[in-house]
Amino acid sequence: MKETESQAKPKVALYWAASCGGCECTVVDIGEPILDIASKVEFVLWPVALDFKYHHIEAMEDKSIDLCLFNGAIRSTEQEHMAKLLRAKSKILVAFGSCAHLGGIPGLSNFSTKEATLNTVYKEVDTVKGEAEKKEPKLKKKVAEGELNLPKLYNRVYRLKDIVEVDYTVPGCPPTSKDVVKFLTAVLEGNLPPHGSIFGLKKNLCEECHLERKEKAIKTFYRPYEKRPLPDECLLDQGFLCMGPVTRAGCEAMCVKANMPCRGCYGPTDEIKDQGAAYISAIGSAIDSNDENEIKEIIAKIPDIAGTVYRFGLPSFSVLDKAGKQEEDNHE
Amino acid sequence: MSGFEPKIVTFLCNWCSYEGADKSGNAHLESPANILPIKVMCSGRVEPQFVLEALKNGADGVLILGCHPGDCHYKEGNYKTLRRQIILEQFLEEMSINPQRVRLDWVSAGEGEKYAEVTKEMTERVKELGPFKAYELKQKENASV
Repeated sequence: MKETESQAKPKVALYWAASCGGCECTVVDIGEPILDIASKVEFVLWPVALDFKYHHIEAMEDKSIDLCLFNGAIRSTEQEHMAKLLRAKSKILVAFGSCAHLGGIPGLSNFSTKEATLNTVYKEVDTVKGEAEKKEPKLKKKVAEGELNLPKLYNRVYRLKDIVEVDYTVPGCPPTSKDVVKFLTAVLEGNLPPHGSIFGLKKNLCEECHLERKEKAIKTFYRPYEKRPLPDECLLDQGFLCMGPVTRAGCEAMCVKANMPCRGCYGPTDEIKDQGAAYISAIGSAIDSNDENEIKEIIAKIPDIAGTVYRFGLPSFSVLDKAGKQEEDNHE
Repeated sequence: MSGFEPKIVTFLCNWCSYEGADKSGNAHLESPANILPIKVMCSGRVEPQFVLEALKNGADGVLILGCHPGDCHYKEGNYKTLRRQIILEQFLEEMSINPQRVRLDWVSAGEGEKYAEVTKEMTERVKELGPFKAYELKQKENASV
């Protein structure tokens, strides 16, 4: 990117798909350094902050955007369209944050079907009961000015890399401002890691955690509200389901520093193929019982195993990675 | 489901179950050709990731065979497998995969007959379940509605 710097400012786009907006906040949250960065780049799309329209992007030449930070998972035809459009227009497309990287919190709806989700929202919740007729979700509506169209929902939630090729990944829910500055600086200086890299550390979170680890012998599991954790002692040792052993480091264990167990938002390390399965392996080793019934009792203390180990990564569940590639969803 | 021949990836521990399989062969006992054996040093080596990887790559069932509890060459490798299996079964069900497709059992070096029996039973079970498909439980649920 160095050569463009001397002629014109590099063009940057930020876009959000199925996400909460936290990833946008983290960019603003950078604080003063953003002024420095903003003076070096030209924003061409940033729906949350600046008023650019999609047709501005459509009018651009292919590969004319230098960097696109794409946050959010893909659930609708509109999101897929924008992912493909921005892929075509961008030199570097970045999966920004857990939703684009792993599927994220929106990905949890893969536990359910599209129909069940729509029924809950439009028909079954107490506040809409009795209005089922009126609330029938429709994709088209005729109004005086013409016909209005809504994007179609897919049956499943997809990661960005399921839809288009991704050049880099900045993990985290949301990525830490520190990492964002580091990444943007690396882009501006043309000092990027190898293509395809995930912008975190190679080691797992336990290696950067400040708490002391001892032999794991768990007799019962606790949820964070049930017990005040002892200071300076590994949370998993104490029976809190901390995802540290299977999660990429880079966040400086900020949740653990606030006495909350890691939830795994940075995704698995390079060695792990399936974050959830690796975590089942880890807690299986840590339970202190050899009796089948007692083991079952201990495990019953985990309220929602699949939802816990895949809080951020359900769409990256490895078995469906290939097999489930989505017979039912006809992508454009 | 006549004519369906499932693939069953079978992990055998080096010290007991692989010997057991050997013994079964020496005794000319019949075991199904659906079994694809993989020797590991200990059933404790079999991570849930291996099970998922097998299912992902075309297995219809996974069988894990280890030493009887208390007999592990590494003292408690098989207990770790037992704990993982209990969590894995619940996890698979939540993931809409029939947990019946993954079975853990104990076969010692002397139990050639048990090896033949377990592999036969497992093959029958998976034949009944049919080919592995993602979302199998959810699809069933939807169909019944």
